[in-house]
Amino acid sequence: MSKKQDKTEVETTGHSWDGIEEYNNPLPRWWLWTFYLCIVWAIGYSIAYPAWPLVKGATTGLLGYSTRAEVAKDIQTFDEMNAAIDAELAAANVADILPNTPLGDYATNAGAAVFRANCSQCHGSGAAGNVGYPNLLDNDWLWGGSVDEIAYSIQHGIRNETDDARYSEMPRFGVDEILEPEQIDQVVEFVLQLSGSEFDAALATEGAVVFEENCAACHAEDGTGDRDFGAPNLADAIWLYGGDRETIHESVSEARFGVMPAWGQRLTQAEVNAAAVYVHTRGGGE
Amino acid sequence: MWSYIKLAVLGVVMILAGLAANYGRDLGYQIHALIFMAATAMTFIYTLRQAGEVVEKPKGYLDGPVRFGVIATAGWGVVGFLAGTFIAFQLAFPQLNFDFLQGYGNFGRLRPLHTSAVIFAFGGNALIASSFYVVQRTSAVRLWGGNLAWFVFWGYNLFIVLAATGYLLGITQSKEYAEPEWYIDIWLTVVWVAYLLVFLGTLMTRKEKHIYVANWFYLSFIVTIAMLHIVNNLAVPVSIFGSKSVQLFSGVQDAMTQWWYGHNAVGFFLTAGFLGMMYYFVPKQAERPVFSYKLSIIHFWALIFLYIWAGPHHLHYTALPDWASTLGMVFSIVLWMPSWGGMINGLMTLSGAWDKLRTDPVIRMMVISIGFYGMSTFEGPMMSIRAVNSLSHYTDWTIGHVHSGALGWNGMITFGVLYFLVPKLWHKERLYSLGLVSWHFWLATIGIVLYAASMWVTGIMEGLMWREVDSQGFLVNAFADTVAAKHPMYVVRALGGVLYLAGSLIMVYNLWMTVRRAPAIADASAMAPAE
Repeated sequence: MSKKQDKTEVETTGHSWDGIEEYNNPLPRWWLWTFYLCIVWAIGYSIAYPAWPLVKGATTGLLGYSTRAEVAKDIQTFDEMNAAIDAELAAANVADILPNTPLGDYATNAGAAVFRANCSQCHGSGAAGNVGYPNLLDNDWLWGGSVDEIAYSIQHGIRNETDDARYSEMPRFGVDEILEPEQIDQVVEFVLQLSGSEFDAALATEGAVVFEENCAACHAEDGTGDRDFGAPNLADAIWLYGGDRETIHESVSEARFGVMPAWGQRLTQAEVNAAAVYVHTRGGGE
Repeated sequence: MWSYIKLAVLGVVMILAGLAANYGRDLGYQIHALIFMAATAMTFIYTLRQAGEVVEKPKGYLDGPVRFGVIATAGWGVVGFLAGTFIAFQLAFPQLNFDFLQGYGNFGRLRPLHTSAVIFAFGGNALIASSFYVVQRTSAVRLWGGNLAWFVFWGYNLFIVLAATGYLLGITQSKEYAEPEWYIDIWLTVVWVAYLLVFLGTLMTRKEKHIYVANWFYLSFIVTIAMLHIVNNLAVPVSIFGSKSVQLFSGVQDAMTQWWYGHNAVGFFLTAGFLGMMYYFVPKQAERPVFSYKLSIIHFWALIFLYIWAGPHHLHYTALPDWASTLGMVFSIVLWMPSWGGMINGLMTLSGAWDKLRTDPVIRMMVISIGFYGMSTFEGPMMSIRAVNSLSHYTDWTIGHVHSGALGWNGMITFGVLYFLVPKLWHKERLYSLGLVSWHFWLATIGIVLYAASMWVTGIMEGLMWREVDSQGFLVNAFADTVAAKHPMYVVRALGGVLYLAGSLIMVYNLWMTVRRAPAIADASAMAPAE
């Protein structure tokens, strides 16, 4: 039952399914030739590049291309370019790296890149910190804000499993029942008083005694903290975990244990030094 | 006799599900066992009430499962689009990951819910329903296997419910588009084999001499999905009473298997299956013969031969060996023309009927879907080129590409099919309102343009930002900088989603009113004579 629709139209195949017929038009030329072209290109490309699996390994391609070699070459280019100044940076005493010298500029720039890739996840891409992760832009330092001290913190980290890490551990005054619940309430009011927040005067008076007996050893009698223990200054309005009554209560009762990795295990000495210089230049360096 | 065997089997399954619920080691598994038990109980009661009744030998096409499938497609579609729009807003405004939603409705839980709802619930129901409709008409015979088609419909939708509730409860094997755990996979396998039997049985009892091209595509989709599903989900359950399982493959082998599956889920589920739809509904709606039989043969075989090799292009610059990545790229590029064969056949079928674009918004919907198909099957091979991929990979460009395919091609052709099917299935002269179809068309089209354009911008932008180094070789941007830079475009994307969702709601209203209000025609379920 094949039929001519009119002179300009091709025949149908003669079948009909639920009223649908099919013309027997030839393949469009441009389509066919583009298809052939793709196939020819594919054969050429797979000869030029690693492509065909064999019994052992695969063809490596005439161009000897490899994605790993490509990225290794990229890295090598910059490594070679920066080799001399990197060596200088690694050998330098960080305290001697001065701003506005070629080495200082390089260290700051390199440190910024190290910071973006490794530190910004916790400390924020602008280094302003987050709850539990110190702000690196201000003048308040837990373990010291000189460039040497910053370099040490980066190199060895804080409260991690390495031997040289900065370490201290605040007792869990509530959980371990070192203090009575009412004593915790009292000392919390005293800490609020220290930091200049609103407080309950009666409780705070009692709290001063509790503070002197339990907290002053690390946080100092006036609450200004002690960098040897990484004990925060409680007499300012800067808080690592929060300065409201509830959060301070939680800090006293359950304690905090902020950990930072020992970046020296992962970064080169030059990168550690660079990061220290960068952080030091952020505004709060001592 | 047959009903008593069924009742006995259902009873045993019900008891086993009850045992599983009792001994279950995690909450999600127990809930799933209870859902399964409830589904079995309902089937049991239904079978009991039917038992012993004398049933007349059914005549005509079996359109009940198609009707239900159409309803499920529209319903799941709205659910999937709603979830997608919501998670788009969650990405733009992370505060929307509310505290009370943690562990159930945060982005990580809702994202697979969205992808599975649109691909498997919306797309899958559309494929099953349309294939049941098409294979009967083009074979001039009733669906094979009695009520097996009903089992396929209900079984498949039970799979959807188990998968979706599993995601919210945290049951996942963390393989993209293959998240459901082992027992849900086994259930889908059972359903899928039944689907294959119904489809093959119908083809084998057909009264037409030849198998129509749409059915080649449907069949290749059903067979290949079965193979992909089984191989990618090979796993050993930790306990028969727990949801967790351990994958058979690990490392780069697992990644390769996953993307062999993942890419062919696109290739055979979202391309071959939907081409099957196109090959029936476009010539039907246009009332024109298919452009070229020759082209349909060549592009069918080329497409199914080439697609299966293209998976490695998802793993450029990873632990995958370079040779595999080259082959994935090369096959993807050769795939370009075979993919376009379908576009040519769809568009050229309209030659001589282009004037219908002015008067028939349903045809307009089908044409734009073929347009988006052509666009994304060009974009795909382009993005598979290693050099392009080094910029586009892991960026939002990929997300944009997927959505121009999913919203443009799969969504629009399915809407066209629903607009075609509802008047036919409910014996109506016409749709309730063509004006509303136009509204749907424009809302959806503008929505897709907003979506795709914003994702091109953010994708290329973040790709460039990630690779940007200064003259000394140091990275210029932190990851969070790129996230912040994308915010405005994320809002645009979410607004695109709102438009697309609004269009689908209009469609649901229009279809509902078609069933309720459109003028009826005389019974049209009589079979077409074989020719």
